[in-house]
Amino acid sequence: MSATMNNVEEIRNRVILGEFGVKNVHTTDFPGNYPGYDDTWDMSTFQKNFRIDMVHVDESSMEFDMVGIDAAIANAFRRILLAEVPTMAIEKVFIYNNTSIVQDEVLAHRLGLIPIKADPRLFEYRNTGEEMAEEEGSEIDTIQMQLKVKCSRNPRASKESSDPQELYLNHMVYSKDIKWVPIGNQADVFADANIGPVHSDILLAQLRPGQELDIVMHCVKGIGKDHAKFSPVATASYRLLPEITILEPVEGEKAERLKRCFSRGVIDLEDVNGKKN
Amino acid sequence: MAEDGEKKRVLEMVQADGADEGCVTFVLHDEDHTLGNSVRYMIMKNPDVDFCGYTITHPSETKINFRIQTRGGVAAIEPLRRGLTELSDVCQHVLNTFQARVNEFKERQEKPME
Repeated sequence: MSATMNNVEEIRNRVILGEFGVKNVHTTDFPGNYPGYDDTWDMSTFQKNFRIDMVHVDESSMEFDMVGIDAAIANAFRRILLAEVPTMAIEKVFIYNNTSIVQDEVLAHRLGLIPIKADPRLFEYRNTGEEMAEEEGSEIDTIQMQLKVKCSRNPRASKESSDPQELYLNHMVYSKDIKWVPIGNQADVFADANIGPVHSDILLAQLRPGQELDIVMHCVKGIGKDHAKFSPVATASYRLLPEITILEPVEGEKAERLKRCFSRGVIDLEDVNGKKN
Repeated sequence: MAEDGEKKRVLEMVQADGADEGCVTFVLHDEDHTLGNSVRYMIMKNPDVDFCGYTITHPSETKINFRIQTRGGVAAIEPLRRGLTELSDVCQHVLNTFQARVNEFKERQEKPME
């Protein structure tokens, strides 16, 4: 009988990685499925069992463990992070002069993908109903930016050098050349929040002497469902925490090798006449 | 629970069986697995519910068919309403816990600096 109970426990609590596939993936703990278990939803039980442990937090990435929550809800969070959290991104690109070899549309596409450092909660969505009338966009829903770069020959370069770094001035256009142009009262409202691209070293185009870029851009608020450039996360993923059960004792040198296969701390060796723990 | 009367419909109710209040199919517009799977999970945890499932009729259309069958003569709208409120409570609790943890982590990080 204890064997059957263990089986039930296993089905309820563990996802098993078999040789040919993953078993026990779907949740089966619904009321009425298992006699003797009360699986009715209970908020207090959930609150008691639920906890979050931070593993790693820094400026651009974060990892944490959620214990006591079902995969359905965790997946919903992941989907919302990818597709429905709004951000600001460049949407309209007005190209006044582009004599570089990068085509207009390719350059506009690259500009759209640049992440912009601006809090989307302070902006409104742009009303798409009257697209033609709202060409300019107002200060509550648009950020205006400008990119103006001209490449010229460096008069102080030596005659024999072939290094473009030395020969030309401004031959690489980086995202740090994008300048924010405040419209309306944005200069006062966002005086201390310096709005601009998040990373300053994204290479946009390369120029040679005589070529220039003169571009005005409008950024609007959007969500990832509309276009992937609005997705705030590079990636959001989750996985179930693995528990490794060694089926037979492993000893001696094999144990050392097994330990080396995993990251540190996963497997510990116990010295019992050379047997493994 | 039927249409708003405006042009945009969010939720419709389609009853296939004559007078049986307990078996109803809802059509939710502008939704996908994000809401469908999580609401399905919450409603399945309700002991009154006999059957609960959702399908996406076609991946190009953003609507889902959500079916609930109850036992014991309970109207089907009741578990739907309850499931949605419970899901909202769960999310609120997760948000609070997460916020508390992040603040705690940040404080712990600042302490070694002092």
